[in-house]
Amino acid sequence: MPSVAFAAALDRYEPVIGIEVHCQLRTASKMFCGCSTAYDGAAPNSHTCPVCLGLPGALPVINRRAVELVLATGVAIEARTPDATRWDRKNYFYPDLPKGYQISQYDLPLAALGTMTVDTSDGPFTIRITRAHLEEDTAKLVHAPGPGGKRLSLVDFNRSGAPLMEVVTEPDIRTAEQARRYAEELQLLLRSIGASDADMDRGQMRVEANVSLRLRGTEAFGTRVEVKNMNSFKSVERAINFEIERQAALLDGGREVVQETRGWSDERGETYRMRVKESSDDYRYFPEPDLPPLRVDPAWLASIREGLPELPAARRARYRDALGLAAYDASVLVADPDASRLFEATLAADADLDATVVAHWVTGEYLKLRNAAAAGAGAAPTADPGQLAALVRLVAAGAISRGNAKEVFEEHLASGAPAEAIVAARGFRQISDAGTLGAIVDAVIAANPAAAADVRAGKVAAIGFLVGAVMKETRGQANAAAAQAALRERLGGAA
Amino acid sequence: MAIDLTSLLAHEMAALLRSGSTSSRALTEAHLAVAERQNHALNAWLLIDREGALRQADAADARIAAARRDGLDGVAGLAALHPLHGIPVGLKDLISVEGGQCTAGSRILAGYRAPYDAHIVERLRAVGAVFLGKTNMDEFAMGSSNEYSAYGPVSNPWDLDTVPGGSSGGSAAAVAAHHVPLSLGTDTGGSIRQPAALCGIVGMKPTYGRVSRYGIVAFASSLDQIGPFARDARDAAALLHAVAGRDARDSTSAPVSVPDELLHLAASDDEAASWLRGKRFGLPREYFVAGMDPDVERRIREGVAFLEDAGARVEDVSLPHTDYGLATYYIVAPAEASANLARYDGVRYGLSRRLEGGDFIADYLATRGEGFGAEVKRRIMLGTYALSAGYYDAFYLKAQKVRTLIKRDFDEVFASGIDALVAPTSPSVAFRFGARTADPVAMYLSDACTLPVNMAGLPGISIPCGLSEGLPVGLQLIGPAWSELMLFRAARAFEGLTAAASWSGMPPTHLAASNDGAGPTPADRAAALATLAAAALVAPR
Repeated sequence: MPSVAFAAALDRYEPVIGIEVHCQLRTASKMFCGCSTAYDGAAPNSHTCPVCLGLPGALPVINRRAVELVLATGVAIEARTPDATRWDRKNYFYPDLPKGYQISQYDLPLAALGTMTVDTSDGPFTIRITRAHLEEDTAKLVHAPGPGGKRLSLVDFNRSGAPLMEVVTEPDIRTAEQARRYAEELQLLLRSIGASDADMDRGQMRVEANVSLRLRGTEAFGTRVEVKNMNSFKSVERAINFEIERQAALLDGGREVVQETRGWSDERGETYRMRVKESSDDYRYFPEPDLPPLRVDPAWLASIREGLPELPAARRARYRDALGLAAYDASVLVADPDASRLFEATLAADADLDATVVAHWVTGEYLKLRNAAAAGAGAAPTADPGQLAALVRLVAAGAISRGNAKEVFEEHLASGAPAEAIVAARGFRQISDAGTLGAIVDAVIAANPAAAADVRAGKVAAIGFLVGAVMKETRGQANAAAAQAALRERLGGAA
Repeated sequence: MAIDLTSLLAHEMAALLRSGSTSSRALTEAHLAVAERQNHALNAWLLIDREGALRQADAADARIAAARRDGLDGVAGLAALHPLHGIPVGLKDLISVEGGQCTAGSRILAGYRAPYDAHIVERLRAVGAVFLGKTNMDEFAMGSSNEYSAYGPVSNPWDLDTVPGGSSGGSAAAVAAHHVPLSLGTDTGGSIRQPAALCGIVGMKPTYGRVSRYGIVAFASSLDQIGPFARDARDAAALLHAVAGRDARDSTSAPVSVPDELLHLAASDDEAASWLRGKRFGLPREYFVAGMDPDVERRIREGVAFLEDAGARVEDVSLPHTDYGLATYYIVAPAEASANLARYDGVRYGLSRRLEGGDFIADYLATRGEGFGAEVKRRIMLGTYALSAGYYDAFYLKAQKVRTLIKRDFDEVFASGIDALVAPTSPSVAFRFGARTADPVAMYLSDACTLPVNMAGLPGISIPCGLSEGLPVGLQLIGPAWSELMLFRAARAFEGLTAAASWSGMPPTHLAASNDGAGPTPADRAAALATLAAAALVAPR
């Protein structure tokens, strides 16, 4: 996909990229009031109160759970937690900001100086995370045609005051792939610790990239452009690559990159100007006098640390190192908590199973069937780990074929019936017994003299026909490998 | 035969209610009548809610009747009622009352109806108080004379040509003029104590965190406190008792218990005064400075002599950072105000100006340009400047550091064993309309003796201390944090000591003139004085 021009641009210029992510925290109520955060699909302004509407006299009260989720994120990225933190007012005027200031954190974020390592096609890459802090979301502006052809701007305050965590990286990122991988890994981390649902297409996770170029071998940063409106991981990668190419063309043409905010259009595959920053914004931050400083009690922090689940990176390492999974399988499993759960539970049901075989069942058949069901809006199938374990054992013992096993699994997912029962009902149990199979093989040879002669004459391929005949005779229940072995034993023909 | 119910103190009314000698409806009707008759001349009220007040009064009477029926001979049931039950109260018009106006004295909140009750309103409803209406005030509580109200100035019932003080000028004038026995105000730099002093009544600013600010239009969040006005210490203490206490919706409200002794201050003057024996009072020398009216200082010194005669020790003390109070206050308060007032943008409520073809910034400029008065704009500009990049450290941050020093001055004095400080509340008595509006700093100096107390978050009370040229002088008592009960005991003691003074309990001298429903309004008087002043300026010497 990268063009020749793009490759050439990368020869001359080094991209410098930093990522800012805003994600809505998974709390039942808003950041500073008791309004529910379950406003998705609700009527506009139905989830509001004096506090999140910014009415005269309303005062904020901290949502403790939101603080915990940011502290948990900080622990997960090995960031520093301050002994005490506080809130600051970020002042600016906009119709989606009811108080005329946003309660945010300025110089004492709840988490500072963390890191995250991601796997890329060039190997592991570590990104420094400057800070993670807590703030409140704004309302949503809806532009609609009004009476007389006038353009109306409507404000929906349902989102106003929802808890937001902002996570900011250092400008450590050099490629669009690293940026995408960082966003993916952050999403995974936030989901696995329960901090956020982090759905990009639902606006629960909003990724912004600061992109600039500098001549290779130089230190000074170039003029940076802020890119917004990237609604998927793929668009993060595409938008950054587009921006690298666009800025390189400007620089090559002797023109300057303008410091501005640009939006990404997925349809047009390009960024477009949203607004030019003529001067640096002065938000006149000052400590929020309505909220006392918050002391982070070490015992509280310790309990948050203890409450954290196994983090994705640790889980991947365990799958590789302790269970012997390939890195790819480990990544696929860890990226999907549901798959990871089934994998672990299946192994727990029978510790003697081959972890790689179970991993393949889960990442192959299970994910295929589950995703197909999800796409078809069918009921999400549930796999009983004990039944999957039983099925894997049957295949390993040669009791059923792998092909039949897949059918059994599919039916199990659909009906919930035990694997053994399905195998019995469908007559899938294979004939592996040498005596029974020998008699059938002898009969097949007798009935197909020409093919038998071909095999004897060294036409090894003809054995397939005879195996097929055995399968037909047994209505598929013969163990194909055993049947082939028996045929060879009788007709010769090297293995 | 008929006693004038409006001349009574709240605890006297409470006794009559319990004895069945009067009803809340009768009390409310009597006060409504005076308020309605005199508001033309005083302009103390922005809303007199006759209908709502009578409804509450009837409900209060019904509860009294039920208590009398259900209780053992009525005694137990009646005793359970709060002293404020059935008593008319005035509310400064920045206190949210569900369904009612809440202008904060500003055009920008014209038409706004609060959809919820402030915490203190809930508390007052719970004890059965009657809301007579909403009182006039300086716009967004910014001012010391009530001349910055968008709805016209308020006259002082002691001299209708003078100001009642501010910003809670309407609340103070209404209590002084017997429109209500009690009212609530807010005090950010002196806005309860200074008008209480100028109107000759009791006014207390409690410790920061004592009363929930939930539902109170904010001026400066780290300084604002709600507090009572009354015509004596016992009534003021009962009102504080009703509204004080922790509220989970105000994170700065403190989990400190509210002493019930606030309801049981000594009834006898002698008993009250005896409390003073052995108490130590500090006289901060920085509060007796040049610029202070010498006759006011004489009254304060006389008040101090009363305390000494009653067995209290009074000693000179120093609060060395007092001089920085005004400068730092006028950085911190406007800085917070500049953010607190940003929400008034015309998008959701109140005044809203939409310009044809304009963008939202143009609408903001039009709405705020028209909606805010000059003093509010001045403070928004001051605060915005103080918080701006490049100035923050030099102004806001430095002011906060000085604030710490001011607080430490008080801490050290109290740590040395001083029970309370005695000081003037205001360096002068009530001044004439227009006397200070031309010079913002002259107006700001009105609060030089009160605003350090807000900067330190401490409680302070102003109590009547005689007259100077016929106008009331206020004595200020300042105590350590959470010492409201002690301050009320001291105030009650002072009342006991001065009960025989000619000015004690004296009604305002212009009360009768206030009855003139056809005479000049406070705005007319202010305009006439301005004309006179202009003539004096051009007149040859």
